Amino acid sequence: MNGYDFSLSGARLTARASGTLWWAAEGLLCLSDMHLGKAERMARRGGAALPPYEIRDTLTRLEAEIEALSPATVLCLGDSFDDLAAADALSQAELDWLARLQAGRRWIWLEGNHDPGPIALGGTHLGELALGPLTFRHIAEPGAQGEISGHYHPKAGLRGAARPCFLLDDSRLILPAFGTYTGGLRSRDPVLAGLMQANARAILTGRRTQVLPMPR
Amino acid sequence: MLARASDPALLLIAPTGGGKTLAGFLPTLVELADGQHKGLHTLYISPLKALAADIRRNLETPVEEMGLPIRIEDRTGDTSYTKKRRQRADPPHILLTTPESLALLTSYEDAPRIFAGLKRVVVDEIHALAENKRGDQLMLALAKLDSLCPGLRRVGLSATVEDPPALARFLARHPEPCAVLNADPGPAPDIQMLSTQAPPPWSGGGGAYAIEEVLEEVRKHRITLIFHNTRAQAEIFFHHLWMANSDGLPIGIHHGSLDRVQRERVEKAMVQGRLRAVVCTGSLDLGIDWGDVDLVIQVGAPKNVKRLVQRIGRANHRYNAPSKALLVPANRFEVVECVAALEAVKENDLDGDPRGPGPRDVLCQQILITACSGPFEATALFEEVRSAGPYAALTRAAFDECLDYVATGGYALRAYDQWQRLKQRHDGMWQLRDPRASQLIRMNIGTIQDSDTLKVRLKRGGGKPLGEVEEGFAASLTTGDTFLIGGRIVRYEGLRELTVEVSRDPGRKPKVAVFSGTKFATSTQLSHRVLRMFQQDSWPELPAHTAEWLTLQREVSRLPEPGRLLLESFPHDGRQHLVVYGFAGRNAMQTLGLLLTKRMEEEGLAPLGFVSTDYAVLIWGLEAVHDPAPLFGMEALRDGLDGWLAGNAVMKRTFRAAATIAGLINRNTPQARKSGRQATFSSDILYDTLLKYDPDHLLMRITREEAMRGLVDFGRIEEMAARVQGRIDHMRLDRITPLAAPLFLEVGKVPVEGEGRARLEALEAERLMREAGLSP
Repeated sequence: MNGYDFSLSGARLTARASGTLWWAAEGLLCLSDMHLGKAERMARRGGAALPPYEIRDTLTRLEAEIEALSPATVLCLGDSFDDLAAADALSQAELDWLARLQAGRRWIWLEGNHDPGPIALGGTHLGELALGPLTFRHIAEPGAQGEISGHYHPKAGLRGAARPCFLLDDSRLILPAFGTYTGGLRSRDPVLAGLMQANARAILTGRRTQVLPMPR
Repeated sequence: MLARASDPALLLIAPTGGGKTLAGFLPTLVELADGQHKGLHTLYISPLKALAADIRRNLETPVEEMGLPIRIEDRTGDTSYTKKRRQRADPPHILLTTPESLALLTSYEDAPRIFAGLKRVVVDEIHALAENKRGDQLMLALAKLDSLCPGLRRVGLSATVEDPPALARFLARHPEPCAVLNADPGPAPDIQMLSTQAPPPWSGGGGAYAIEEVLEEVRKHRITLIFHNTRAQAEIFFHHLWMANSDGLPIGIHHGSLDRVQRERVEKAMVQGRLRAVVCTGSLDLGIDWGDVDLVIQVGAPKNVKRLVQRIGRANHRYNAPSKALLVPANRFEVVECVAALEAVKENDLDGDPRGPGPRDVLCQQILITACSGPFEATALFEEVRSAGPYAALTRAAFDECLDYVATGGYALRAYDQWQRLKQRHDGMWQLRDPRASQLIRMNIGTIQDSDTLKVRLKRGGGKPLGEVEEGFAASLTTGDTFLIGGRIVRYEGLRELTVEVSRDPGRKPKVAVFSGTKFATSTQLSHRVLRMFQQDSWPELPAHTAEWLTLQREVSRLPEPGRLLLESFPHDGRQHLVVYGFAGRNAMQTLGLLLTKRMEEEGLAPLGFVSTDYAVLIWGLEAVHDPAPLFGMEALRDGLDGWLAGNAVMKRTFRAAATIAGLINRNTPQARKSGRQATFSSDILYDTLLKYDPDHLLMRITREEAMRGLVDFGRIEEMAARVQGRIDHMRLDRITPLAAPLFLEVGKVPVEGEGRARLEALEAERLMREAGLSP
């Protein structure tokens, strides 16, 4: 698995092609916006019954990351669940799977706008987390420095189809959504264009990472 | 018509303009004349909103003149909300509508009251509806009406078709009989090639070279319809026509992407005889009476003989005069196609493919529509569905599978059973679990798969709407780009919400090509005719320029032959090219492009992309092909279909259509579409997920079946392989050939995502980073 190495506020980080962030010095694996249980939530609300395989697919990919890196800490940047009821609706098999992934390491759930509260699952539940020179939170705050966030599901492309991507400038990094059933927001959307500095880069995920000036 | 007024089903076949629509209404007018009938009596269904409105106008006149006590109204997507409410509460005697509006009407709880008293259904232009899923949906709706109104009589009105009995079985309530009435076909059409001073260009689709001659014909006739195959071509042609129109002849443009107000203005002007010509597309294919049309000009090869015959019928809407038509090939290749089509018309050799069985995605939607109207019993619905012609052979097992899909999602993994979409009550009846879901279902009724379009408005001047462009086209624009819409040049200013804002641009030449449009595949039969023509020693029936072109091709390379497969490979513009002259129609050639590029990727040839036409596929890449034989093994191609094809864009597009029709994906939601879109995720993700975890899911099977028939069209690749029998001729050349040249200007290039593109992407990203001063 390849990735793109960079520094933010002095921390050496790797944006991985899978869409996760690896902080080797801390043994910390960070990911955002899994939206587990999205299909269940849509069905509950009377919409179509989407293929109920997204939790399995997301956890399979997460498991592959954990196996590849053996992180001491896994940090989920919020919107890990599509809503709090979706977290409660996880099957026993899925709960066991999560517990297996959590065994032997520190696991931190940050709150997101979709899952704004403690979840009845193992691990630490926090609003945000400061660690060394970096601050981790779900939604980026204007003026922050050394900030790692998610929420926007950024995507970008050179031409043709856009791929989920990291957005990086001198002050912040925004992670792509890791969940299988997540869409994306084009980097040229005014919200993202306004948040990121002029020299921002987009790091495309996919087959391999590809860095380019953030399309505006 | 009156003699057969009591038949349960009747199919009337008449050439365009035979007055068949009014004939269809005769029994209705007779039955309503005494003013005794209460409520709805006759439902008229047409494939076009405009046609419904036009027929209403044409009916109202005689009804008023005769003083008949008959109320006639139309109801389409354009009808106001208030009027629709009123129509439901107090239906007119005659309601003119479209299949989608009818399906929506049948979804209301009060459908039995709305349709009470209904005696007759008139389906106009049924040949057009039967060509796609709109027809299947309509037949299911009629089956539902039959359950509500026993004894309902059906009349289908059709233009000339190749297999009338099949169309009759499609229309009739199964297994009831349906007589076919053939009207006098009238005199043979007067159809010729337009002779022009300038030869057609080597490539391109505009027909602009013929502007002067076309204008001259417009001057000589009362009203001329100038048909084009795509909206883009119509726009460009209209633009050129307007610039050359020195004596200011009143000429209009009409196509499906124009704003409704603009279209209606053109329609009205035509009916009033204020226009001398209209540049148009398939939007004018159908039976609207446009007044005194005395000439039809077809620009571009007609692709399909039947459609050409139907278009020609637009001229001279009078019974005993021959229709007059001129063909204008857009490029040299199309000259050959046009001559082949002319011969087919003379021999009355109509093409057409037999219809497949009723598609199951449409059935899934029908189950949802039924659930909206109230609780239902599965066996009764099954019987109802089977009474529709296209579904006469449906098995109970197939039906139950659709019902299970609608109710639970139909997945191998039984998840969230408590949130089923439909649930079965204790008495065995099925109903919506959440009645509020009916709103979403109703918003998504229909089978028309428009690519997502964005409205185009003038930024200033009150935001006047001009029409629509496809989302993909809008995404390719940057501020300052100019393009054509409604025959005028506009400048792209920006995207606001979901509207493309433009300003008028006084420039003479649009910078960006217009949006793409529908493309039809050339029929098998027409392709074979062209191949046969290539075998002649000389071509006296072709214009000299085209004959010379073919001769030149024969000199520098060779011409494709019916029993062989011709390949050419050559370097051009820094890339290696391979041309495959398969003559299997656009869709099959596209599939062949996908399969071949996959094989080439495996062979390390680093293909970058391909473009396909009806007769050839052009592939470009980083490495030259020296030995093509291994690429063309039928077994390998078939394996590619089973394995790799599953992951490609054509399958995903087919899945998107099936999943949308079957109600898994909603095009419209009560929350208006917002600019951000982070809430929606692409149907591709659902497809990939199903492929990985549930490849035999109902929607995946529907997708495979549809793709093999439709976009993939593997049948025609098999037909090609059978015709060729491994006889492959590979011409290795040092430059582009006459026959290959037109391919380079084709639109619709398909990128191949692989090693070659990754190599180029890395190079380009490096360059951008360097230019932005971001390189380490």
